[in-house]
Amino acid sequence: MARLLVIGFVLGATAIASAAEPSVKRGRDLYMNVGCYLCHGTEGQGSGAGLKLTPDPLPAEAIANFIRNTDPTTPSFAAMPSYSEKVLSDADVADIAAFLASIPAPKSPDSIPALKDLKPGK
Amino acid sequence: MAKSKSNLEVGRRKFLSRVAVAGAASAIPAVSQATTPVVKPATALPPSAAQMTAEFGAPSDQLAEATPKVVGQACHASDFMVDVLKTLNIDHVFSNPGSSFLGLHESIVNYGGNTKPDFITAMHEESAAAMANGYYKAAGKPAATLAHSTVGLQHAAMGIYNAWCDRVPMINMLGNTLDLTKRAGGNDWRHSAQDPVGMVRDFIKWDDQPTTLQGFAESMVHGYKIAMTPPMEPIAIVVDSELQEEVHADRSTLVIPKYTPSVPPAGEAGAVKETARLLVQAERPVIIVDRMARSENGMKLMIELAELLTCPVLDLNSRQNLPNMHFLNQNGQRGPLISNADVVLGIEVTDFWGQVNQFARGETLGRRRVKADAKLITIGVADVYMKSNYQDFQRYAPVDISISGDGEATLPALIEAVKSALSNERKSALAMRADGFRKKHADAYEASRQAAALGWDSSPVSTSRLCMDLWQVIKDEDWALVSVGASAAFFSNWPHRLWNIDRHYRFLGFGAGGGVGYGLPAAVGAAMANKALGRFSVNIQCDGDFMYANGALWTAAHHRVPLLTVMHNNRAYGQETMLIQGVANRRERGIENSKIGTEIDNPPINYAKLAEGMGVWSAGPILDPADLAPALKRAVAVVKKGLPALVDVVTQTR
Ligand code: HEC
Repeated sequence: MARLLVIGFVLGATAIASAAEPSVKRGRDLYMNVGCYLCHGTEGQGSGAGLKLTPDPLPAEAIANFIRNTDPTTPSFAAMPSYSEKVLSDADVADIAAFLASIPAPKSPDSIPALKDLKPGK
Repeated sequence: MAKSKSNLEVGRRKFLSRVAVAGAASAIPAVSQATTPVVKPATALPPSAAQMTAEFGAPSDQLAEATPKVVGQACHASDFMVDVLKTLNIDHVFSNPGSSFLGLHESIVNYGGNTKPDFITAMHEESAAAMANGYYKAAGKPAATLAHSTVGLQHAAMGIYNAWCDRVPMINMLGNTLDLTKRAGGNDWRHSAQDPVGMVRDFIKWDDQPTTLQGFAESMVHGYKIAMTPPMEPIAIVVDSELQEEVHADRSTLVIPKYTPSVPPAGEAGAVKETARLLVQAERPVIIVDRMARSENGMKLMIELAELLTCPVLDLNSRQNLPNMHFLNQNGQRGPLISNADVVLGIEVTDFWGQVNQFARGETLGRRRVKADAKLITIGVADVYMKSNYQDFQRYAPVDISISGDGEATLPALIEAVKSALSNERKSALAMRADGFRKKHADAYEASRQAAALGWDSSPVSTSRLCMDLWQVIKDEDWALVSVGASAAFFSNWPHRLWNIDRHYRFLGFGAGGGVGYGLPAAVGAAMANKALGRFSVNIQCDGDFMYANGALWTAAHHRVPLLTVMHNNRAYGQETMLIQGVANRRERGIENSKIGTEIDNPPINYAKLAEGMGVWSAGPILDPADLAPALKRAVAVVKKGLPALVDVVTQTR
């Protein structure tokens, strides 16, 4: 559902004008400092508290649209907090998006012995 | 906390009174020489884990007279109290020593031989209560705690509240000196109260302050029975300090009444039949179950009911009611199952309202998540509840059928009623649902397996790596995940997503009151029960919870409790960090300060060193995920030798 919503916004969104090239390093620092990692993991892997953002991260515009328009009525412990432009500028979001895009593709579970032969059982 | 009476007056008074007792005792040599109980443990014992169901089924066959056969001998009062504990089959007294129960303490370790019960040294009364909580859930029978009057009980209060919210029976004893003429100055007064239990009475089921030995015996057996009757809850007995030290002239005049377990109340037959009819007719039924299975039988019954109806089950996991790998365990489908349901049956669900409604900030009434015409049914003993101050009873839930009856005790009748209502054609029609649920279960499992691989090599270590490397080293043991603290969501529920939790004892739920400091001591208490049962105990330990009650680790070392503790050390009160951040965002005040007050860093805590300092084998802190599996293997070897071990892992937030 969330993703559909985001895509809806993307279609109507104007590209975020960014003078400078987005910075991966600054994006990583921001991602850690403004707390995205808390719920989404340091590699965007997601957790019980937030969806996975990688691999194939959303583009900056979609991320910005999403984080500025989260549902304020969701109970606080299940919610993605909203980040207004005052809290996190479009340029900041562009850097975060660049950082997320720089994260190498994850391993396949079949290449990890601890995950390879698991069976769902009866 | 000053626990012992330090002033000389008191010491002298106690010394003189001991001389007096010795004098009395020397006139009755049978007492002073007694090192073994005068009463053999009676056969009127409360059910052991294995006997539980059988005994509930036919209590009267199991009971024998518990009256002592010894005549004419005097006895120390507290020796008789130990006889009562032995008769009740109490294995452990979890306690921190205190001067208001010297008599009982001495009788446990000398007269009683420090066995069944033995005196377990907890380093905080809250931990003692948490140990008794964990012990019950693993053993299926209550343990005792023994607290030092006013101060000890104030410490114990949070642990007792967690047990209350968890429907866990425990026998809390506490010292007190009721007669003011028996108190010396200072702490003797501060550590006495008219009504010491008053402060916890809102969250225990019953209490008494007996003033005679006979009264003590009756109140203990009575309290035990009340605690063990669903809804099971803690009780408290005040053990007067002077009473403990009395010498009773004739042991044969004292009677320990026989204990007859209450047969748990089953739901009324007509309502059960109507419930069966609705379930059989339903096209999209769902069962929500929480504190139902207190034995293996509970899980068997849950499987039978779900399979008969091919009905999906949402297990809220305060107990493991249905194996997580059973295809009808559809926890991943919670939202759609509830919103599409035509019949929702809740079994021993405390917050049924919260299951069928959604509540958002700013709303008063909430939003109904189920369809307007869905039939709602509850089975449970919640309405037999009788306390109003603490709000753990949750919001009133309007339903169509409300069955007042114990979940596990009602299931056999419900299963029979379903069988009667189920024609062969209907049964085959319902079975058509199976493939869909099998596929959903398998898909959810595969999605979790894929998700577990994300961030697999990250540092801090991902919680999926933590849990799945752990699974590899325990899965071939007769393992039990005895504690996860307040919530398994703190590590994204990986065990329930990917482990094979196939027995009811493999998962013991949470610290139900949400009081931090439950995790480690509850794990130690449960591991004590599992040691006797030959099970391998594992504890996933959050760092914030650990620091409330880390003395429990020393208890594990001192009493040689085999327990593998794996730290989920995210160096923060993670949940609160997120919540503060949400508020700061809403108010647009920047979020860099969200770590103030919520981080457990600068300096980071070295849990491996803390463990080592308490005599516990340890490894870590582990930052490189490649180091995790080898450390866990070494730790398992230590635990298999019968000792505790701790692996400190620096982890992602969740
Ligand atoms: C308190 C936890 C939390 C924090 C902190 C957080 N998120 Fe989220 N995020 C969530 C949750 C929960 C969702 C899913 C919300 C939904 O589906 O409505 C989500 C969803 C998203 C999505 C949509 C993903 C998708 O595929 O639909 C994006 C993008 C996102 N978050 C980015 C961020 C960024 C960037 C930050 C930091 C600036 C951040 N989040 C901080 C919890 C959090």
